[in-house]
Formats: sequence, C-alpha cells, structure tokens
Amino acid sequence: MTLTKADLADMLFEQVGLNKREAKDMVEAFFEEVRSSLEAGDSVKLSGFGNFELRQKSERPGRNPKTGEEIPITARRVVTFHASQKLKSKVEENYGGAGN
Amino acid sequence: MDAMTKSELIAKLAARFPQLVVKDAELSVKAILDAMAEKLATGKRIEIRGFGSFSLNYRPPRLGRNPKTGAKVQVPEKYVPHFKAGKELRERVDLDA
Repeated sequence: MTLTKADLADMLFEQVGLNKREAKDMVEAFFEEVRSSLEAGDSVKLSGFGNFELRQKSERPGRNPKTGEEIPITARRVVTFHASQKLKSKVEENYGGAGN
Repeated sequence: MDAMTKSELIAKLAARFPQLVVKDAELSVKAILDAMAEKLATGKRIEIRGFGSFSLNYRPPRLGRNPKTGAKVQVPEKYVPHFKAGKELRERVDLDA
C-alpha cells in the first residue's frame, strides 16, 4: 500500500508520542520546509536519504502529442532527487536486487 | 546557494513547534525519513500531495565495464528510487511560472 501523509502522521503519533494535531502539523511542516528551501533556490541534503537539487532547464522544442503541433517547452527550474548510497543499497538489497 | 541540511531542517521545525522539545523535532524527522526509506525498500510507493511521489524504476541487466581494468562485467537488473515533483512544488520552484 502507498505511504501517505496520513500514514506518516499516525506513525509520529504512535512512535514519537506527538498528539494527533501535532503529528499532522509536523508532517505538513516537514514537507513545507523542504518546499520553501527549494523555492528559495537552496537544495536540501538529507543524509542517509538523499538530496533534492535544483536544475535550470533551457527552452527546448516540444510537440503537442495530440495534434502534433510544434510548441516550445519554455525555460524552467525543476527539482531533481538523488537518492543517497544508503537508500540505493537498501532498495537493492530488499527489492529486486541481484538474484531475487 | 546554501543547502539546507537535516540538522537545519530539525532546527526550523523545532522553532515552528515551541510547545515541543527539540528532541521531538529530531525524532520526527528521523522517523519520517526512516518510514519513507523502509517503504521504498519494500517496493511500495510514497505519495505526498503537494510535494511529490517516490517510486522505484526498473533498470534491466546490462553489460558494463570495470572502469579500472576495462574488463566486461554483467551488471544485474535492479530497482532505483525515483522522485517526481508534485504540482505545488513544481510551480513554486519554477521562477518563470
């Protein structure tokens, strides 16, 4: 099953002992702080998990897939995520890695 | 450009919740990241509305080379974590939008 903000809030209630309100607000604040940092142009480095970085993309030619019409994809700033070596190894060991 | 680290994130969250002790913010950040890593490691998706989704992407087996010796090595299939930014994050980060 997919993990959502509600699941994370339940976990903070059970494991950290925040009350339900605080747990919900903490999860919301966690992601808001990451968004704010990225919005301000600052990457976010969460050791053991991964880094959220910003990339500037220049304009490139694109197409409307429905009509085939050519329309430029405008220049934009986008977020990229690079999983840490620790997270990558964890995924490889537990899921679909060598030989399983 | 400054990066925000985990300890800075903890400090910011602690400041937002003056009724909590700093330790609660620290435990919360660790618990959230551990839960997300654990979920991904078992092949499940994470969907955070307004932020984005994490899933695994398949990488088929391929023939690679040892960069030191040049010897050919079989690289087995694997899954790698993938993040797709959600609408709110995409729009807030894009300066031209």
